[in-house]
Amino acid sequence: MDFSFTEEQTLLRNSVQSFLQDKYDFDTRRKISASADGWSREMWQQFAELGLLAAPFSEEQGGLGGTAIETMIVMEEFGRSLVIEPFLETVVIAGGFLRQAGTPAQQEAHIPGIIGGETVWAFAYAEPQGRYNLADLTTTAKADGDGFVINGYKCVVLAAPWADKLIVSARTGGGQRDADGVSLFIVDKNAAGVSTRDYPTVDGRRASEVTLENVKVGADAVIGEVGKALPLIEMVTDQAIAALSAEAIGGMKELNEATVEYCKTRKQFGVPIGSFQVLQHRMVDMFMAYEQSVSMTYMVALKIEEDEAERRKAASGAKVQIGKAGRYVGQQAVQLHGGMGMTDELNVGHYFKRLTMIDTQFGNVDHHLARYSSAA
Amino acid sequence: MDMSFSPDDLAFREEVRTFIEENYPRDIANTRSRGDMTRENMLAWHKVLAKKGWVAPHWPAEHGGSGWTITQRYIWNEECARAETTPLLPFGLSMVGPVIYTYGNEEQKKRFLPGIYNGEHWWCQGYSEPGAGSDLASLKTKAVRDGDHYVINGQKTWTTLAQFADWIFCLARTDPDAKIQQGISFFLIDMKTPGIEVRPIITMDGAHEVNEVYLDDVRVPAENMIGEENKGWTYAKFLLGNERSGIAGVARSKKAIERLRKISEAELVDGKPLIEDGEFSRKISEVEIDLTALEVTELRTLAAESRGQGPGPESSILKIKGTEIQQRITELTLEAVGSYGFVYAPHGKDAGDNAFTPGPEYGIGAAQNYFNMRKTAIYGGSNEIQHNIIAKMVLGL
Repeated sequence: MDFSFTEEQTLLRNSVQSFLQDKYDFDTRRKISASADGWSREMWQQFAELGLLAAPFSEEQGGLGGTAIETMIVMEEFGRSLVIEPFLETVVIAGGFLRQAGTPAQQEAHIPGIIGGETVWAFAYAEPQGRYNLADLTTTAKADGDGFVINGYKCVVLAAPWADKLIVSARTGGGQRDADGVSLFIVDKNAAGVSTRDYPTVDGRRASEVTLENVKVGADAVIGEVGKALPLIEMVTDQAIAALSAEAIGGMKELNEATVEYCKTRKQFGVPIGSFQVLQHRMVDMFMAYEQSVSMTYMVALKIEEDEAERRKAASGAKVQIGKAGRYVGQQAVQLHGGMGMTDELNVGHYFKRLTMIDTQFGNVDHHLARYSSAA
Repeated sequence: MDMSFSPDDLAFREEVRTFIEENYPRDIANTRSRGDMTRENMLAWHKVLAKKGWVAPHWPAEHGGSGWTITQRYIWNEECARAETTPLLPFGLSMVGPVIYTYGNEEQKKRFLPGIYNGEHWWCQGYSEPGAGSDLASLKTKAVRDGDHYVINGQKTWTTLAQFADWIFCLARTDPDAKIQQGISFFLIDMKTPGIEVRPIITMDGAHEVNEVYLDDVRVPAENMIGEENKGWTYAKFLLGNERSGIAGVARSKKAIERLRKISEAELVDGKPLIEDGEFSRKISEVEIDLTALEVTELRTLAAESRGQGPGPESSILKIKGTEIQQRITELTLEAVGSYGFVYAPHGKDAGDNAFTPGPEYGIGAAQNYFNMRKTAIYGGSNEIQHNIIAKMVLGL
């Protein structure tokens, strides 16, 4: 039993941390979020130079051969700095599909662009009627010669405004919610028939609504096996959940530290408000919520390679924990900061907003409680 | 014991329901956030009611009160919530108005009450300061007598909708040597007085609802002080008691639960309405039961009030439970809308037709509403302070 990090992992954390401390303070983050593009390509390039975008890819793929632990470290630090750039979408999700299920040709064609920071990806899976069911799809892909023609509508595609490529889930067979008949496609965002409408999200990022109208793709656009992509999608979204858990504990850590610090210095009734027992106990509960979340985040990172049943339980369990803890820590951090916690000026509200939306991403507490129960 | 309405009450309900249907200026009323409404739009309903004589039902008849019974006032609030009318601004009608008619002199009553009643004067509240939140009495804004004026210096914060205000009621320290609660006075200040500057505070939902108000050598005529010098804390507490009694928001929460149910009927989980998901519908039931309890608790408080008791420290229950319920409903609403909760609905000039806000209409602003409502457990005396009040004043701890 050992929960310590290797020397390389500690180095990775230190380098991400010191980079973000120097270059990604809250004010910079605010400016990036408010800019016309809503993200910083320059920052993305620097992530590439630091090797962060190469972390999870194998050495044969040109990467650093990192595990889920390296991804966890990067995401946790990104969570602490509220990083906007699409590491989750590009490296964890699209990279995850490509490195684990891509053909050698696909890997060769696309992984270098990710590692080099040239290509940004987004995952267009959600549909308005589908809620969190990854198989509930009305988007269709019909065989057409060697390739496919895709028609459909994808909602709240995070990071899509910045993306060059989309990974699109669509139905090649089966009924609307069948496990069978789901396929995955690489779609160029500027391909004929793809149209997007972009908008800001409440957590300071950007998303698009994506309409696909007779979008033609070749057979080489298919990731994995035609009609059998659902298990692959489940696996990669579980990996995304592991990464999101890490992002969430980064955010919670910052909120807890800020709250304790504030309560030590903010005086009312002639004493620091941190001297009030009711607030002390509240902060202890916040601390415990965080620690339990750290544990679940480690657990899911360590179990992400296990067989499907174990992995599902680990991911859904972690998602439930961070959903509940994120809500509690976020709400109480705002409450204990009083009016200041409500402001746009202070970073507290921004962590709270991000934690709130992490619960929604890839299924909320209720969804994962049900998924966990059905796997148990 | 009897909780049912009399035939007279039912006739009254019919009368006010019809009046609202026929007179509510619906064309201006559908803006999502108060910060996005113009001053005129926010006052439109107020003015209709002032003309009718219904804008301040709780005021004494001599100043325009409608003479309604507690039950009628309750029915009125229910009907307004049911029709989703713009809530009336409390700063004049519920906060400073009662202070003026209770503690003000005749001259002040004549001078200020009609403007509040007619909606001619917009008031804001100069209570909190950067260093004086929960511990309001530690406020530092100073008022120094200079001839027939007071010169006021200091900073107020969290001043709701001060950007529209004509007047501010303001607590300031007139005796720096007195015990903390004893050297405070209560002033009415014209916002056009030189030395007043209003700076916006943007909240995390992107709205401009609150402000900082800076007072720099602001000269206020001595006749604008309420009651006696150094007795302001008494008036301030009286006002806070009134602030709490309106804060339960039962009728509005009922409406919000009704909306939540409709959303859960429209949202799908695996092709079935979310409302049919046992887990989620139990959560709605839970908050509804909480609300039912609060409603009866409020009615008990109102009944006691109509017998001339209260509102006492029990009103803190209404504040705590009322705000918890409001927050819970917005939380469940955000949960219900699913992925479209991500969509940011812009404020101000970027709002409305200029904004692209995908997803169903009912989901627009769900997250921001949830974020915004976190304030309710903080303002009007934080819920922690309300717990202290009950512990001390009710339980005698």
